[in-house]
Amino acid sequence: MTTQTDSKANISQWLMVFWRSAAVPLVAVILALLVGAIILLISGANPLAAYSALAKGAFGTPIAFGRTLEKATPLILGGLAVAFAFKGGLFNIGGQGQLLVGAIVAAAVGFGIDGLPFIIHMPLALLVGSLAGAVYGAIPGALKAYTGAHEVITTIMLNFIAINLTDFMANGPWKDEGIVARTPAIAEAAAIPTWGNIPIGFFFAVVAALATWYLLYRTTIGYEIRTVGFNSNAAKYAGIGVSYTIILTMAISGFLAGMGGAIETLGVVGRYQPGFNAGLGFDGITIALLARTNPIGVIPAALLVGAMQAGSSQMQFDANVPFQIIDVIQALILFFVSADMIVRWIIRVKPEEGEQVTLSTSWG
Amino acid sequence: MNKTNRPIVLEAKGLTKRFPGVLANDNINLKLHQGEILAFLGENGAGKSTLMNMLYGLYTPTEGEIWIKGEKVEMSNPGDAIDRGVGMVHQHFQLVPVMTVAENVMLGSEITSGGGRLNMRKAIQNVRDLSEQYGLAVDPTAVIEDLPVGTQQRVEIIKALYRHADILILDEPTAVLTPQEANELFRIMNDLTAQNVSIIFITHKLKEVLSVADRIGVLRSGQMVGTAMPEDSTETSLAELMVGRNVILQVEKSPSKPKEPVLQIQNLHVRDDRGHASVEGVDLEVRAGEIVGIAGVEGNGQRELVEALTGLRHADSGKIIIDGREITHFNPRQITELGVAHIPEDREKHGLVMPYTLSDNMVLNKYFKAPYAKGVIMHHDKIDQNGQVLVKEYDVRPPNIHALAQNLSGGNKQKVIVAREFSTPTKLLVAAQPTRGIDVGSIEFIHKQIVAQRDQNVAVLVVSAELDEVLGLADRIAVMFDGRIVKILSAAEATRERVGLLMAGSEA
Ligand SMILES: Nc1ncnc2c1ncn2[C@@H]1O[C@H](COP(=O)(O)OP(=O)(O)OP(=O)(O)O)[C@@H](O)[C@H]1O
Ligand SMILES: [Mg+2]
Repeated sequence: MTTQTDSKANISQWLMVFWRSAAVPLVAVILALLVGAIILLISGANPLAAYSALAKGAFGTPIAFGRTLEKATPLILGGLAVAFAFKGGLFNIGGQGQLLVGAIVAAAVGFGIDGLPFIIHMPLALLVGSLAGAVYGAIPGALKAYTGAHEVITTIMLNFIAINLTDFMANGPWKDEGIVARTPAIAEAAAIPTWGNIPIGFFFAVVAALATWYLLYRTTIGYEIRTVGFNSNAAKYAGIGVSYTIILTMAISGFLAGMGGAIETLGVVGRYQPGFNAGLGFDGITIALLARTNPIGVIPAALLVGAMQAGSSQMQFDANVPFQIIDVIQALILFFVSADMIVRWIIRVKPEEGEQVTLSTSWG
Repeated sequence: MNKTNRPIVLEAKGLTKRFPGVLANDNINLKLHQGEILAFLGENGAGKSTLMNMLYGLYTPTEGEIWIKGEKVEMSNPGDAIDRGVGMVHQHFQLVPVMTVAENVMLGSEITSGGGRLNMRKAIQNVRDLSEQYGLAVDPTAVIEDLPVGTQQRVEIIKALYRHADILILDEPTAVLTPQEANELFRIMNDLTAQNVSIIFITHKLKEVLSVADRIGVLRSGQMVGTAMPEDSTETSLAELMVGRNVILQVEKSPSKPKEPVLQIQNLHVRDDRGHASVEGVDLEVRAGEIVGIAGVEGNGQRELVEALTGLRHADSGKIIIDGREITHFNPRQITELGVAHIPEDREKHGLVMPYTLSDNMVLNKYFKAPYAKGVIMHHDKIDQNGQVLVKEYDVRPPNIHALAQNLSGGNKQKVIVAREFSTPTKLLVAAQPTRGIDVGSIEFIHKQIVAQRDQNVAVLVVSAELDEVLGLADRIAVMFDGRIVKILSAAEATRERVGLLMAGSEA
């Protein structure tokens, strides 16, 4: 009897919590689609036709669905990278650079070694690529910890370095034969396979999301990272090595982004080719904000954006709508999620009173 | 003085405020008369700040009405309150440290002349006029971060007056003031009421209430349980009204039996944040089983001394020895692991992680140890159990371990820290301002705990700006002035007057 009412109360409580955290992103997406529809109308297209073509292109066939998952994979990892750093109080804009480094290093392991069995070669390439991303992420972490250089500035600069460095490698030391600037194709044993239409890399990304959540909320490492993120003075007081934790946070964040790049190389592109991964790391920022920096929330957020990207060419083909409208909608989502006061005002979900008035918390 | 025949400037009728799971204010009625100082007393979490925040438009009442100067008002933000002449000074000042007094005062209601240019000269003149009119003695061109806390508080008052406030709400203004600064504040409050400003004043210090209030309201568990006139009250009667039982205001303890030295400080030199010498050659010893109190006006090196002892600040030279081991350059974790507990002076800066739950906050000093963690895996059931036990033992209200620290009342935040620091085996307890912002009932409890620690052979170092606290608790009193320990007195030698003189820097 009591257990029954308890579980009922639990479910409704759970729904409340879910609504509180998911209401803003959900409504932001709906608003973005509505504004997108208005833009389509103004430009003389039929929004209904456009959106249904989009949905068809994303989910209409098993192949389409597979492509959605494939697009979502690096988005999950890029989103995780940003969300994870956020929990540590850091804004990692360098996901793109870390992803590129991960992608090219995974390619190097993929084409550079011959004769390894799949069971070793693929995981090795994935791991080394991710670790390269971790090292590349740790650099701005160390700069912040030891010199105070702000990570937003240093990660942006390191993005440029990564772009040029990978271009140089793909056009120089690691260049394939022929005229195209790209690395040789990876060995078959290094490739991440698909399961029917479903790319296995997607499952890696989902596991990474679950592992990230576990690390953050169930381990002392996560406790330390979050403590530093919320209040570095209290962290110091508690005996947490603040510098070390900042570097570790950035390294893990870079690992996740690097893994995104490595999976692209090993599971989609099959080699490293400049320009093929453009923008993936930056989309991570949108995903992380849409997921309200919740590692599990990153999965649906990435699926949504991945679906839009996967369906955009179908939309262009069927409804004759330029695929750039997807970029516009994505920007609108970002706008509504960031300007959450607008959304809250529309749906009347107030932030908790304590949130508004942090200024008045005091001795009194 | 009885001013209840004067016109009512502010009235609350049946005010109720409900937070999820907490009834913070329950059907409260109050009247504030023109030129009156109405003091509010109440235990930690009784609902004083909540009530004030409603009167200032920060919280919307769940039920009830607010009337200001005869008009019923609906306020949705502090701007609405300011428009009606209500000003509030929070404990944490809302000033821009790098700007001048005048710039801070006009921030948000700037005076401009043609084309939106700031008219600094006029602003400075206005601030100067206000400062003179109410005897506030503030230099409009001074930069905020160079000013002592008491002066910064007066800038907050000027900010309110500048916006034509004639109803002032002061939430625990004296918690961070030195006794001298507090007296200065009371003089200002009297000057203000003489010019028909009305004041609501919250404090935990009963002496202050008796000396400045015209009328006293007492809150308990969200309800107004009574009003009193200072002339009919004593500290004891007020304490009883607040807590609902008899409170012992004196610390009860037996003579100390000091044993071996636990903390030894030798010729310690430490710099402050700006690199100025702050602790200049301190020698001090604290033995197991004794309480040493450091008395001193704030800013004489106490903070830097404590931070050096606990590993939060680098010492320039000298030695710190704990339990026979030199720890001068140890980090905070190494020092805690030796059995040092630390109640930090600034609870919001060092002591708590505001967005964490109570149970997460209560393992800040031991989250990495069994049974709270095995390897890197944390055990939340054990962490919650720990929270549950401590919340009960230390009477944290509300007793909900999943509440966020940021939603606790000021005094309950302090209790969370005290509970945590007392919950691990300790050799040395360093307590800085351990009862700041705490109600009399809980002070009694915390003092008892500190004495109990002493009686279990813990060495205790108490730093407090409350002279009464140091005199009441300490077995030996070290007076700190200008970065040095100028004198160490036994409890018997330490009279209020003598320590007071030493604190002011004169030989006694
Ligand atoms: N934003 C909030 N969300 C939830 N509960 C809150 C919030 N603010 C206050 N409370 C609760 O309301 C009650 C009253 O708190 P309030 O801060 O008014 O106490 P107080 O009388 O000012 O205490 P203190 O003397 O410790 O400052 C407490 O139980 C507190 O935990
Ligand atoms: Mg309060």
